[in-house]
Amino acid sequence: MSKTLNDKIDAAAETLLNRTSRGREDFETLVVVPIFAVIVALILGALIMLATNVDLATIGKSYVALAHGSVGSLSAISETLTAAIPLVLAGLGLALGFRAGLFNIGAEGQLLLGGMAAVVAGFMLDGLPWVVHLPIALLAGALVGALYASIAGWLKAATGAHEVISTIMLNLISFRLLDYFLRQPFIQKEGRADPISKSVPDSAELPRLLDWIDPNLRVHAGLFLMLAAVAFVYWILFRSKIGFAFRASGENLHAARYAGMHSSFIIIAAMATAGALAGLAGASQVLGVLDRATPGFSAGIGFDAIAVALMGRSHPLGVLLAGLLFGALEAGGRQMQVDAGVSIDLISIIQALIIVFIAAPLLVKAIFPWGFRSDSQAKGGAK
Amino acid sequence: MDVELRGITKRFGPVVANDGINLQIRAGEVLGLLGENGAGKSTMMNILSGLYAPDTGDILINGKKVVFEDPGDGIAAGIGMVHQHFMLVPVFTVAENVILGVEPTGRFDYLDLKTARKQVRDINDRYGLEVDPDALIETLPVGIQQRVEILKVLFRSADVIILDEPTAVLTPQEVEDFFDIVRSLRDAGKAIVFITHKLHEILEISDRISVLRHGRITGEGDPAKLTTETLAEMMVGRPVSFTVDKSPPHPGRPMLSVSDLCLFDAHDDFALDHVNFEVHSGEVVGIAGVQGNGQTELVETITGLTRPASGMIRFDDENVTRASVRDRHRMGMAHIPEDRLRSGMISNFTVAENMVLNSYYAPAYSKGPEIDWPKVQATAAQYCVDFDVRTPSVFLPAGNLSGGNQQKMVVARELERETKLVVASQPTRGLDVGSIEYIHERLIAARDEGDGVLIVSSELDEIMGLSDRILVMFEGRIVAEFDTTKGPIDRNAVGLAMAGASS
Repeated sequence: MSKTLNDKIDAAAETLLNRTSRGREDFETLVVVPIFAVIVALILGALIMLATNVDLATIGKSYVALAHGSVGSLSAISETLTAAIPLVLAGLGLALGFRAGLFNIGAEGQLLLGGMAAVVAGFMLDGLPWVVHLPIALLAGALVGALYASIAGWLKAATGAHEVISTIMLNLISFRLLDYFLRQPFIQKEGRADPISKSVPDSAELPRLLDWIDPNLRVHAGLFLMLAAVAFVYWILFRSKIGFAFRASGENLHAARYAGMHSSFIIIAAMATAGALAGLAGASQVLGVLDRATPGFSAGIGFDAIAVALMGRSHPLGVLLAGLLFGALEAGGRQMQVDAGVSIDLISIIQALIIVFIAAPLLVKAIFPWGFRSDSQAKGGAK
Repeated sequence: MDVELRGITKRFGPVVANDGINLQIRAGEVLGLLGENGAGKSTMMNILSGLYAPDTGDILINGKKVVFEDPGDGIAAGIGMVHQHFMLVPVFTVAENVILGVEPTGRFDYLDLKTARKQVRDINDRYGLEVDPDALIETLPVGIQQRVEILKVLFRSADVIILDEPTAVLTPQEVEDFFDIVRSLRDAGKAIVFITHKLHEILEISDRISVLRHGRITGEGDPAKLTTETLAEMMVGRPVSFTVDKSPPHPGRPMLSVSDLCLFDAHDDFALDHVNFEVHSGEVVGIAGVQGNGQTELVETITGLTRPASGMIRFDDENVTRASVRDRHRMGMAHIPEDRLRSGMISNFTVAENMVLNSYYAPAYSKGPEIDWPKVQATAAQYCVDFDVRTPSVFLPAGNLSGGNQQKMVVARELERETKLVVASQPTRGLDVGSIEYIHERLIAARDEGDGVLIVSSELDEIMGLSDRILVMFEGRIVAEFDTTKGPIDRNAVGLAMAGASS
């Protein structure tokens, strides 16, 4: 790969990361901009519905459904949390990579293979008590995710191959690899011709938390995994020695090198940690919700997680909040489709618009000038 | 053409960059503009060239008030600026660069390079610039590239030429040639504004001097009646000592010895060409040379950032040629990098985080896999006191500090521990006089404690003031050595060696 191409990707990735992920912005960019971004996105979403001949009453109904389906009832909240768990887990991994200056696009692939490994560990070790079985299945997911991500890390450290390109390629490879595995006799479900894996036995499943109230409530013990991961990533980034090296490399690679930090090691370690979290996201999805692996079982979670990490400004707590928001949009979106008959694609559009507006804070400030202190002129004056 | 600034005030938020400035620029005169970094020189010149609009005040050209609304207006009115960092296209020829943006065109937008070359040659001859219009920029030395920038300004028929720190990149000999060009421009009736912080240069070239401090004109005068001492006092606001007080050195055993060090650059040429030298404990060795003659590579090789192609580096009697940056740091090698913002610190990190950037892993700052932040913060606060780093808190991002305080922070991090060798690269570049004094004292103090000190600087005055021995680097080789302890050395001889004249 040519040096200049690498530089261009670097410059582009850095611009994006600078806009959306660095830590020390003030309250306005952290809180006010996202809130306004959601509002603008919802208004624009309504306009788009108008433009596609949806009448006003239906639009109103669909937004009521959005609210109702995301936070309006116990089952809605359960759905929101269920959708948020893998988003937050994978988002945390990506955020950690972003902090280390690695623009990892590969969460999708790491998640798929991690999930696959968890399923295999699940049905192959049938018979173990759950206290052993479940941790092993989760660990298998994290481990395979970590290994798969470290390929991209190793390529970058050893050859300088840019992680944006190598992780995209590894995603494509993982899709086919999954198809291949799912047709292997010892993985494929007996008596099926389509690619689908055997089911995970109960002892490896993440138990549902609220099925004693209503067996349809899907929220599962992955919730605790998610919260623990938030705390863990926070600890890594802001308390641990290795996290200090991650952040230093991400902020200023030259200074990190001059300070004696080992960049190859940091790249591989950061990619591996990010991959472990993505693999865990895949594992929690198959062990908690799906019960088995199918082609594309991730449903794009690994890509949505990029948006979650960017929106959360690569801060663990930000990622948690952004993940919950995206989970709510997804759960609410399904309700919108049921109640108002509006296409689920609209939710993708609204999510995309939110990201666009968060990435363009000046645009939001221009639309809502009264929402911000008017110091932008003074600040903008100096070079 | 005469230009007058009357009562110019420019604020950036709470910061008053220019405060009621009155300034006269006259045709056929060189106006020297002196001031420290952040004194408001650049703001003033950006107002003059139309980049910023002043909050209050007027610009008068030949007695008539003008208003510049965009950056093009300044040059249209005949005010041209030569920036410190050149803005040239390296793969274009001189003539192509000069006409860029104002190309003479014929019918159907045909690029008339022939006319362009002739016009460039005419200007060239008129002012004695001696630049080949057909040479590629990337093949030209820095001094000539600077003349191309001047050509650009002249080609746009500027009558007022602003030169922003023009001598920073030149050797002493190139500076002399450059002054000849400035004089010939002046004699041709151009008005020149010469911006610098170098006192002896401003005294030599200016017809009139204005001194800027904290956004105000704090002194004006005739260079014939001014001395470097009075100028420095106007610039800093207090008397300044120029000589570094130091006792004679007591060199001990060799602390660093470099033998036959070779390194290749991207074109497989020698970046370092069989470099040999020693730094003893208790002495300051200065490496003089024009930027880009292998000093950066030498420092990176000594500190472990780059592996040499061949040769050996011994530090404190151990072969460290293949040791890592961290190993050398742990053995007591301190490194003050040449570009603090790029490689010496992390702007978004707090002062405390920056203070442990290369020692965060040490048992003193950690509890198992964790960093002991309260301890780091306490230590950082202590370092700030010890090294006069002025910051309201160690929790402030280092990028918010002034350049002088940032550099003192880096120096504190490197020197506030047991060191044996200090490698300081451009330790005072771009700093105010007060910080320079302070850092020089600290480096001499390190020497007096028995460290070997290696200083690399493109400021010859700094090298001459601090060093016990001076080595001159040219094209990757050590071409001359001067011993300052055996009587004063000839500044001119060092300058000649820097320019590559064989001695």
